[in-house]
Amino acid sequence: MATDITPSSSPTEITDPSLMFTATEQSRKKQLMENIARAIFFVMTLLMILPLVLIVVYLFVKAAPVLSPEFLFTNPAKGMRAGGIWAPLLGPIYIVITSLLVSAPIGVLAAVYLNEYARASWFTRIINLAVVNLAGVPSIVHALFGVGAFVYFAKMGRSVLAASLTLAIMTLPVIIASTKEALNAVPMAFREACWNTGATRWQTIRGIVLPNSISGILTGIILQVSRAAGETAPIMFTGAVFFKAISERDVFAYGLFDRFMALSMHLYQLSTQVPGVPEALEYGTAVVLLGAVLTVNALAIVLRVYLRSRKRW
Amino acid sequence: MSTDKNYSIETNQLNLWYGDFQALINVSVKIPDGLITGLIGPSGCGKTTLLRCFNRVNERYGNVTTTGEVEILGKNIYDADVSLTELRKNVGMVFQRPNPLPISVYENILFGLRVHSEQRIRKKSETDEIVETALREVFLWDDLKDQLKVKATTLQLEQQQKLCIARLLPLKPRVILMDEPCSALDSKGTGTVEELMLELTGQYTILIVTHNMAQARRVSDECIFMLIGEIIEHNRTEDLFLTPQNTKTADYIEGRYG
Ligand SMILES: Nc1ncnc2c1ncn2[C@@H]1O[C@H](COP(=O)(O)OP(=O)(O)OP(=O)(O)O)[C@@H](O)[C@H]1O
Ligand SMILES: [Mg+2]
Repeated sequence: MATDITPSSSPTEITDPSLMFTATEQSRKKQLMENIARAIFFVMTLLMILPLVLIVVYLFVKAAPVLSPEFLFTNPAKGMRAGGIWAPLLGPIYIVITSLLVSAPIGVLAAVYLNEYARASWFTRIINLAVVNLAGVPSIVHALFGVGAFVYFAKMGRSVLAASLTLAIMTLPVIIASTKEALNAVPMAFREACWNTGATRWQTIRGIVLPNSISGILTGIILQVSRAAGETAPIMFTGAVFFKAISERDVFAYGLFDRFMALSMHLYQLSTQVPGVPEALEYGTAVVLLGAVLTVNALAIVLRVYLRSRKRW
Repeated sequence: MSTDKNYSIETNQLNLWYGDFQALINVSVKIPDGLITGLIGPSGCGKTTLLRCFNRVNERYGNVTTTGEVEILGKNIYDADVSLTELRKNVGMVFQRPNPLPISVYENILFGLRVHSEQRIRKKSETDEIVETALREVFLWDDLKDQLKVKATTLQLEQQQKLCIARLLPLKPRVILMDEPCSALDSKGTGTVEELMLELTGQYTILIVTHNMAQARRVSDECIFMLIGEIIEHNRTEDLFLTPQNTKTADYIEGRYG
């Protein structure tokens, strides 16, 4: 169909061709605004990085006197006023691993079902709504649920297991949501191509969908590691304790039904509940906590970059 | 139309609803065996939907209800004893946007076989031969014989589309459905894909949806014109274009529907 093209405005009249590309008053003004805008954005970015750098430097300087491998591998001693952070360091590792062993498989499988099998119906709509809303529930609510369901009803007592399951409930909806997002990023055309060769849904998922979404799925899970490790509320009522000595340098020191110490809570108690704690001890604990979180996040990034470089389309 | 022809697809009073929207209305059509049949009609008239009925892949797209009969090679594919995987093996589909899988050229061609065969490992010599035969059949062998390990999604569009056709061949389909196979290609690509289709007639029944009237005239033996879910006219291509029986057909082929 041919449409008439009428120029919306006629070109400005140019008297002298040699002046055609010379900046006018107006364009000079625009350029000035452009430069100012760029400078403001740049400064804001700097302002964002600055506190981070300051925090890290400050923490390290303050923590310097205690930082040593010894600090990591010994239990707190003398009513928390000396020693290291072995018990509080190992605790979160236990509960993070145990909780993800529960929530990752369930979350990923549920997401695959919701994204690849389920048809739009009132049932799946309700589930999707529930997932979205659960992901936004404050952690203290999960904590109370955990106390009721695991500590008392299931009679697990305050233990590694009860705390892990509480964290699993907390991370599950987020894992479902992030996995669904990763699955959704695989183009529909690949699925159609598979179906039209007669592949079953499972063959399609195994052969094409999962290999192409695994990096996103894993990243989503790993990001939950730092979230689970950093939360205080859900573990405070379900198993974390003020003090518990465990055998040092033994990675199997906790049992599933033991109470445990946790880094975030330990730090809170050192700095508010115990008088006379050497300052370096507090800062040392903070450095380890920060280091752990950054390590996990870095791991997530490295993994994502690695898997993406192998991505198959 | 002569009456002693063989038909590879016959539908009888086929109706299809997406939810409560009726996309196909009383479609009764016979597609001759071994020929190319064109399917034309304005956007949204149900061409893709009709095509997807023939390998029942519509059912993967949510809330679909179908009534009526679709017989392929004499068998009603909505019978209870029909296996969808076997059906789709025999009725292949080529899409508007080439959709090679994000794996190597070699594996793309074997994908269908691997989906269907129980024994996982075939001999390398055997698979090599399958890949070569399929690629030769679509005139890609010379271009791609040194790039078999290349990821198929990095090929040129035209090569991708031919690869998508080649991918169907190892399964020895009887019917190939093509949904606007050339609309993502330039005129040279279109030309070679059309050539390929003409080459494949006889061995395969081809049903091609196209928005390109010239293409329908060039490649198809028979042509079907659809409008809002109904078949308006079905005739030998020449007759349909030169002496359309229905004024709506005439309007459409003269470009009055846009
Ligand atoms: N999955 C679906 N769910 C609901 N409605 C659909 C679905 N697919 C197609 N439709 C509707 O069915 C009608 C026919 O669609 P179809 O894709 O078959 O048309 P088409 O003739 O192939 O059009 P085009 O030329 O644009 O490809 C359209 O009105 C469309 O909106
Ligand atoms: Mg279509």
